[in-house]
Amino acid sequence: MEEKKIYSRPKSLRDVTMSYCPGCGHSTVHKLIAEVVDELGIREKMVGVAPVGCAVFAYDFWDFDVTEAPHGRTPVVATAIKRVLPENIVFSYQGDGDLASIGMAETLHTANRGENITVIFINNANYGMTGGQLAPTTLIGQQTTTSPMGRDAANYGYPIKVAELLSQLEGVKYLERVKVTDAPSTIKAKKAIKKAFLNQINKVGYSFVEVLSSCPTNWGMEPTESNKWIDEKMQEYFPIGKIKDVEK
Amino acid sequence: MSVNTEKVFIKGNQAIVEAALDANCRFYAGYPITPQNEIPEMMSKRMRDAGGVFIQAESELISINLVLGAGVAGARAMTTSSSPGISLMQEGISYMAGCEIPGVIVNVQRGGPGLGNIAPSQSDYFQATKPGHGDYRMIVLAPHNIQEMYDFSFEAFDLADKYRNPVMILADGLLGQMMENIELKRGNKPKYPDKDKKWALTGAKGRHGQKILSLLMKPGGLEAHNFDLFEKYKNMEKDELRFEAFNINEKNEYLIVAFGTVARIAKGAVKKSQRNIGLIRPVTVWPFPYEEIKKAAKNVKKVFVFEMNMGQMLNDVKIAVEDSSKIEFYGRPGGGVPTSEELYSFINKVK
Repeated sequence: MEEKKIYSRPKSLRDVTMSYCPGCGHSTVHKLIAEVVDELGIREKMVGVAPVGCAVFAYDFWDFDVTEAPHGRTPVVATAIKRVLPENIVFSYQGDGDLASIGMAETLHTANRGENITVIFINNANYGMTGGQLAPTTLIGQQTTTSPMGRDAANYGYPIKVAELLSQLEGVKYLERVKVTDAPSTIKAKKAIKKAFLNQINKVGYSFVEVLSSCPTNWGMEPTESNKWIDEKMQEYFPIGKIKDVEK
Repeated sequence: MSVNTEKVFIKGNQAIVEAALDANCRFYAGYPITPQNEIPEMMSKRMRDAGGVFIQAESELISINLVLGAGVAGARAMTTSSSPGISLMQEGISYMAGCEIPGVIVNVQRGGPGLGNIAPSQSDYFQATKPGHGDYRMIVLAPHNIQEMYDFSFEAFDLADKYRNPVMILADGLLGQMMENIELKRGNKPKYPDKDKKWALTGAKGRHGQKILSLLMKPGGLEAHNFDLFEKYKNMEKDELRFEAFNINEKNEYLIVAFGTVARIAKGAVKKSQRNIGLIRPVTVWPFPYEEIKKAAKNVKKVFVFEMNMGQMLNDVKIAVEDSSKIEFYGRPGGGVPTSEELYSFINKVK
């Protein structure tokens, strides 16, 4: 009988055990990026920038060049690499603390300069690595280790919709918010990630994909329950879909 | 291309621009701050004319991290700033040291603390030689004329690449703004070409992915990394120490230790004085010439330490000089610049 191979580990993903918790969205998105990189045939051109946070170890999971960056300075490091190596494919992979809190100035100015890089933003509404503290994207009422009574706007302000904020900037060409809670949404997420890299290849400009991602450990939920919470709660405040798409 | 020398009459800040371009630096990022604004202004055109990258950063945090990123990609990169801006860069400099990424940082110092003023100062000696978080060292070159502003900025790129480490030029507002005749060396080739940087991240062509990092979580991993770094720092101390011995002889009655602008002013006082005064000028303020100062201080009556701060290098001189009761300090903080007459009369008052 003739065997047809229909699935295998992406070449851009190392055969190692990831450090992420069961049910964590990071591992899914890592794999989607690796698949996209393989499909576009750009593994040997990739330079990734890993954030400070749970994904700092991403350089151990992808099999292409990856550097560390100081907390929040991730897109700045990516900017410099892309400016030095314009033919390479450069992206920053950042969590909500890195991208929307300590690195907000870096995020806005990189977007405003319209750097031709790809930004993958993992929004899991808390600081995962440090034990589940309040993030700029924590929902109103959401309990975290630094908002044990739940986030109230009077004390903590409102959750930031980064993609909507960036949509105001002329330098930004593509913004989409996706999730990876089930097979259909994961397929859509992969499509968005692919477009964000294709835009860079085609020199369209700054492209940003926000992924609503689960953090079962710090949310204190089962993985399935976490996905349900994204579908029902997170998505209500952070709507899924294309926010901006400017073709070249 | 052979090396051509060219005589020019330029400002210290411009000398830094010329040096960077002559050293094949092709990436500059900077944020406006007085007294070094000529550098980003000139770079905005010159760097682009040279086919390099110029980015006006939106903060000094962004400046230093652009330099870090350019270094990751294997480019010779520079940023310049002045004291308050250097404070903001300390995070990035520490990461560069931890990740072993080369880069050149120029500090055209101004008065502090806080916003301070825009007058020349040496009050960043501590944050240059005893820099940010973590256990690391970096070579710090302290020019005292415009030729050295050019020469040291040029050599800083080779030193950064040689050791895969940040290198700092510790200048001040006076050196930045003053004009002198200097000689440029056009056509010099870098000792460490960018293409030889096998560790740089330029895409995993025909190989597995490479990584650059400073996070080492496995037990003992970070300690081992630190030991490795200190082997490297030991070599810097051995091979890169520089100082100037001015009028040092066996009959010196007095010794002056001063660096940068103050050393230049103190030379005037030495020439003027009837006493036999030697002067040691640390050219690298890290590594510091402890042994040379110790030797020169051995038989003198007094050791004068002159600085444009309230006594920062003084601590290192105290380590060097066996009998620290011999030390007489005179400092001018907050942008105060001494005259040679002022130093001369201070020397004369001491018995």
